[in-house]
Amino acid sequence: MIVYLIRRLMQSTLVVLAMTVILFVGVYAIGDPVEILISPDADQMERERAIAALGLDRPLWLQYLTFLQNALRGDLGRSFVFNEPALTLIMQKMPATLELAFAATFFAILIGLPLGLWAGLRPEARSSRVIMATSILGFSLPSFWVGLMLIMVFAVQLGWLPSTGRGPTAELFGVQWSFLTIDGLRHLILPAINLSLFKVSLVIRLTRAGVRETVLMDYVKFARAKGLSESRVIFVHVLKNIMIPVITVTALEFGSTIAFSVVTESIFAWPGMGKLIIDSIYVLDRPVIVAYLMIIVLMFIMLNFTVDVLYSVLDPRVRLQDQKA
Amino acid sequence: MTIAASRGIRATLLGATAALALAAGAGAQTLTLGVGAPITSIDPHYHNLSPNNAMAEHIFERLVAVDDKARQIPGLAESWRAVDDTTWEFKLRPGVKFHNGSDFTAEDVAFTLTRAPNVPNSPSGFGIYTRAVAEVQVVDPTTVRIKTRSVYPLLPTDLAQVAVLDRETHQNAATEDFNSGKVAFGTGPYRFVRYAPGDRVELERNDNHWGPRQPWERVNYRMIVNDAARTAALLAGDVDFIDQVPTTDVARLRRDQRVAISEIVGLRIIYLHMDRSRTDATPFITGPNGEALAKNPLEDVRVRRALSLAIDRKAIVERVMEGAAIPAGQFLPPGTYSHVPGLEAPGFDADSAKRLLAEAGFPNGLRITLHGPSDRYVNDGRIIQAIGQMWTRIGIRTAVEPMPWTNFIARAGRQEFSVFLVGWGSTTGEASSPLRSLVATFSREKGYGASNRGRYSNKDLDALLERALATVDDEAREKLLQDATRLAMEDVGIIPLHIQKNVWATRSGFVHTPRVDELTRAMDVAPAR
Repeated sequence: MIVYLIRRLMQSTLVVLAMTVILFVGVYAIGDPVEILISPDADQMERERAIAALGLDRPLWLQYLTFLQNALRGDLGRSFVFNEPALTLIMQKMPATLELAFAATFFAILIGLPLGLWAGLRPEARSSRVIMATSILGFSLPSFWVGLMLIMVFAVQLGWLPSTGRGPTAELFGVQWSFLTIDGLRHLILPAINLSLFKVSLVIRLTRAGVRETVLMDYVKFARAKGLSESRVIFVHVLKNIMIPVITVTALEFGSTIAFSVVTESIFAWPGMGKLIIDSIYVLDRPVIVAYLMIIVLMFIMLNFTVDVLYSVLDPRVRLQDQKA
Repeated sequence: MTIAASRGIRATLLGATAALALAAGAGAQTLTLGVGAPITSIDPHYHNLSPNNAMAEHIFERLVAVDDKARQIPGLAESWRAVDDTTWEFKLRPGVKFHNGSDFTAEDVAFTLTRAPNVPNSPSGFGIYTRAVAEVQVVDPTTVRIKTRSVYPLLPTDLAQVAVLDRETHQNAATEDFNSGKVAFGTGPYRFVRYAPGDRVELERNDNHWGPRQPWERVNYRMIVNDAARTAALLAGDVDFIDQVPTTDVARLRRDQRVAISEIVGLRIIYLHMDRSRTDATPFITGPNGEALAKNPLEDVRVRRALSLAIDRKAIVERVMEGAAIPAGQFLPPGTYSHVPGLEAPGFDADSAKRLLAEAGFPNGLRITLHGPSDRYVNDGRIIQAIGQMWTRIGIRTAVEPMPWTNFIARAGRQEFSVFLVGWGSTTGEASSPLRSLVATFSREKGYGASNRGRYSNKDLDALLERALATVDDEAREKLLQDATRLAMEDVGIIPLHIQKNVWATRSGFVHTPRVDELTRAMDVAPAR
């Protein structure tokens, strides 16, 4: 087991290292940040000064080695644009993205699970067909368009909710959260719904498929034959068994929600990590782009590592296979 | 921390009704702006970028201020004059205090001029505006004399770009200290409250300001980069005022009773630059059947003139820009210093264009790939498409290739294109800025032609410009700048297309004074009477 862990850890380290090379070379191949950032009024001398100030006058491999050296000390470079450590900038934005992702996941389960259950139990009912057809829309409508429609309807036409931005925040565990204030919650609703749309559809479909499969199982028939109430059969015997895939997928989706909330955040001017990365890409703020992608890479590698380790703990076949290899 | 926490708890406890009442009460005195371009720093010397400079004008001030028509007016200096050819004297406004109570004196001017060019890690510094300064002499607390390295008539123009800081407060101040608010003290009409990068800047009125009292007690400066979302925020009443109104929304907003449009012809010209760095074949122009050419056809003024005459500028302005621009025949719009009266935009004349092409030896036309950005200027991608169609009509088969600015500008700077669309904002409001940067011969020593990405070169023009920049007398200099402009246009150094209008929109109940320099400032918004 320990051998397996060590080997897995070494593999992960290699992947991280390979990613730093790919990311660094990839990001540094695009455009010229000085051309983007510099004032058009600047003359040649000022341009040269700026190139040197950003460390872009040095050869690529030297820039990479410096980056690697600093990264080992937890320093992922300073933002060209903000002149602050890239890591600090991203960490400041993380709570906003986290609360948006949590809210979206919450909506996904709150809405998706009951609807999927309904559609799974009554697959022929008209209401179920409507639910399933709507879920296709949820998959296929582009989220920037839905976002704008939500703003037009609920903020501009009806005036119920604020159109964009994050509301006032309050502190919890040393971090600023906006869901702790009423106005903050009102700001959270529309972007969270927009972000959850895809996930709601996903949960509906997963739940429905699970339910349809499970209700035919012998133990459900047996439970019914035993004379258990219908609600007990559904909520204990069926629901419990279909929750495993739903939870797994929702948890995996959570990772990509954090990583790719870019569209929703920029439509709703939500000051999270996704908006930071898109703003940084527009101005070629290389240190922030690299730092952000590194964090995402680390996040996914750690998730996968944990899952692999858990599998090998749970399933002896994985372990044995590995020892043979 | 405790303040924020208690504020949050209070808001939670008071509930929705209280929050609504609070918002309504604050409404009369609070101005909320939605701006399209993010502010990246509060340090006024860190990044020379229009949105940052607009924000800096709230908190800080310059010796020379600039009014809505880009004319110089007294700022922290009450008056200035050239004592001799290389010495300028500025009389400073007495009794001005920084937000932290520190006095503004001549020493602060001297300090400012040493800090501005030396901010660590600056990606675009203010050194270009202090380069002419040789020496700063503090005569008395309200008089400062600035010696320039050579005759330099543009010193007041340059100093209108440099925010004045306080020697006592800002010595060794880092950019972070400005962003955190620790040293964000200026002399300006608003005081800094809070900066959340990518989200908002909050300001409050400086009641001790020397100028006219501002109508807004608090200002929320919100960054809403998405065009549609910004317009929606205005319609929803979440913001009172927005900038960079998309041209596609202008017509609809004009009809809307709840909002008012505010616009003015700006200082940003959209033009085509042509490759003059090669005398042999240029990469994106071939003969009519795709055959390689021995020499660069753009070297021939008749070809350049034909390209210019074949463009229907009126059509672009009316249909693509939906009226949010005026056709241009020179760098600056009418009414500005060094605008050339009577130099009109070239009219659309396909026949002459065809004739000129034939005279130049291309009776069967050419093939050109026209490059341009797709996300930088208003409707940029659609403008080059329109031009492509117009050129094809006179026998120049044009392929159009729009691309993201990040990619485009690096390649344009390496002379990789043959003809390409760019824009230029003459922030100083006079012609020396575009002449020096766009059409003067590329020269590192003189600092000329830094944005001359086509590498156009004309000895006579260089000579005129050099004479203009050494002429202190405003009228004589204006004449020289006009001559240089006329020369650049007759020789078709660039093909001017149009000058953009700057468009803002307010909720009804607010009045905005539009500015030619595109800056979005709370000082220009007042409650309607």
